[in-house]
Amino acid sequence: MNQPDMHITVGGVVFKNPVLTASGTFGYGKEFEPYVNLHHLGGVVVKGISLAPRRGNPPPRIVETAGGMLNAIGLENVGLDRFISEKIPYLKEIGTRVIVNILGDSLEEYQTLAQRLSEVEGISGLEVNISCPNVKKGGVAFGTDPAMAEAVTRAVCTHSTLPVIVKLSPNVTDISQIARAVEAGGAQAVSLINTLLGMAIDVKTRRPRLANVVGGLSGPAIKPIALRMVWQVAQAVKIPVIGIGGITTTEDALEFLLAGATAIEVGTANFVNPRASQDIVEGLARYLTDNKLSGISEVIGGLVVP
Amino acid sequence: MNQFEEQGEIVRQEQLAPEIFRLTLTAPDIASNARPGQFVMVRTNPGYDPLLRRPLSIHQTIGNEQLQLMFKVVGKGTRMLAAMSPGQRLNLNGPLGHGFDLAGKQAICLVGGGMGIAPLYFLAKEILRTSKPPKCVVLLGARTAAEFGPLPRDFMDIGVKETHFATDDGSLGHHGFVAELLKHHLDPANNWTVCTCGPHPMMKAVVKECRGHGWQCQVSLETMMACGISACLGCAVPRGDLSGPYLHVCKDGPVFKAEEVAWL
Ligand SMILES: Cc1cc2nc3c(=O)[nH]c(=O)nc-3n(C[C@H](O)[C@H](O)[C@H](O)COP(=O)(O)OP(=O)(O)OC[C@H]3O[C@@H](n4cnc5c(N)ncnc54)[C@H](O)[C@@H]3O)c2cc1C
Ligand SMILES: Cc1cc2nc3c(=O)[nH]c(=O)nc-3n(C[C@H](O)[C@H](O)[C@H](O)COP(=O)(O)O)c2cc1C
Ligand code: FES
Repeated sequence: MNQPDMHITVGGVVFKNPVLTASGTFGYGKEFEPYVNLHHLGGVVVKGISLAPRRGNPPPRIVETAGGMLNAIGLENVGLDRFISEKIPYLKEIGTRVIVNILGDSLEEYQTLAQRLSEVEGISGLEVNISCPNVKKGGVAFGTDPAMAEAVTRAVCTHSTLPVIVKLSPNVTDISQIARAVEAGGAQAVSLINTLLGMAIDVKTRRPRLANVVGGLSGPAIKPIALRMVWQVAQAVKIPVIGIGGITTTEDALEFLLAGATAIEVGTANFVNPRASQDIVEGLARYLTDNKLSGISEVIGGLVVP
Repeated sequence: MNQFEEQGEIVRQEQLAPEIFRLTLTAPDIASNARPGQFVMVRTNPGYDPLLRRPLSIHQTIGNEQLQLMFKVVGKGTRMLAAMSPGQRLNLNGPLGHGFDLAGKQAICLVGGGMGIAPLYFLAKEILRTSKPPKCVVLLGARTAAEFGPLPRDFMDIGVKETHFATDDGSLGHHGFVAELLKHHLDPANNWTVCTCGPHPMMKAVVKECRGHGWQCQVSLETMMACGISACLGCAVPRGDLSGPYLHVCKDGPVFKAEEVAWL
């Protein structure tokens, strides 16, 4: 039998399969080289990049919770210049699509990032983080207000020649409204969800377990919420939706595709099973073959609501 | 990067003390590449509870095929590990991080407290394996004698000539802190290199003592870890001068020169 057709298209860019890795959970790709054949993946989304390097939050930065984890990394990253000089040469050679996740605390910062990254060879798209709950400045404001979300999307789109994926925050009342605003701003796709704001307390010391007090919840625990949001957004917008949130197995990935996601990103699962992303690529191919489906497009949006 | 994911096969599970276990497993890729001070990330449950892997130091390698972990049961993950038995398989990845660096050192002292002893055994073995081993003194601390299990014998068996003990209850050796043993047993005429692993307050006291004498000191740090492979950035610790970017224990450590990191 022929190999099933796994390719998908987002913003005019063809990905060999719908499995990407989520920003902040896959380093800059190289960290997973011992465990994954990177060229088997649909794409790699790198750790969020800001214009200047960021130090991030003080420790403790992570804590495990039931079926998940809280993180308050605080967007630590090497900054744009070092990213381009130190990380891009490697990423250019890995044989898969590279999406650069960007963040800023002003419209100007997003614009500059978009402009400068558009001039760099080896990048297939931008994912705009308007949602990270960890940093006191910026982040939250852009992602939780429809007008601001539209403005930042427009700022990036008008300054970039790359496809723009806007990554949505789940910490809002109506995520579909934000998704529509971002679509109106010119985004070629949306990805969701970023982490859910949470908290944990050490009852012995009566102190918060994270130095930042609050942090973002990720992992299997958030999957049902993420799936519901992806399903809602897929109905609210015409642009492709990339599903993120607790995806750990092939079956999880299939759920998101059925709910209307064109692609998915694997996050926290990379820590639990460093091979998770590749396992899911192989699992999806097997699912298509076993069910005699010719391609992944026969799965996407295939939810049956009786 | 010589890192591997393996399905280690458990060949032996020993209970050394009421809450302390030693697990021997066959994991040839990791075992043949491991250096003293490095660690592995262990998936204690193939399901979701606990979700994250647990970092454990490599206690020793045996030949090129086997490695040993020594751990204390402190929560869910380590309890599950203690319940595993020979024949079962355990998923782990490593070897991770940077180990101790003792090239050219002539007088070495290893100071371990509690489970911090685990990586020091591997280190002692490596030190004594060379043709002309340097002077090597081992100082070990625990709450009570029983917690050492067979370790005093183990260190003797590999040829450590001088081992001293400290216990919180006085049941073996010095009644008090292991850090106090440095004063008693290290001849200040020697230029010591001290390697330490254990609870933070203990290491802090060791570092202070070394600083007083101008001795070099290498410390093995612990933090919470989600990935162990430099991807999550969760294992940050401040630098010695408290400025600049954080260090990451899984990648820049777990072994650091004492002056590289802050002692808050
Ligand atoms: C590089 C490194 C090497 C280590 N080597 C050893 C070893 O050789 N033997 C050994 O017994 N232990 C070692 N530890 C500590 C070990 O990882 C923890 O004891 C273990 O993760 C606890 O898991 P649990 O599920 O049993 O406990 P949990 O239920 O997760 O936690 C129980 C208690 O342990 C603390 N804890 C949890 N994770 C860690 C951690 N990563 N570091 C420190 N404290 C933690 C928690 O705060 C809590 O108080 C090492 C840690 C690191 C970072
Ligand atoms: C340690 C950690 C760091 C993260 N860093 C970023 C980041 O820099 N930018 C971003 O857009 N999302 C970041 N995220 C969010 C993830 O990309 C993802 O949206 C979220 O974790 C939900 O997916 P998951 O449950 O599969 O992990 C981070 C998540 C974790 C756990
Ligand atoms: S534990 Fe993830 S970066 Fe160190």
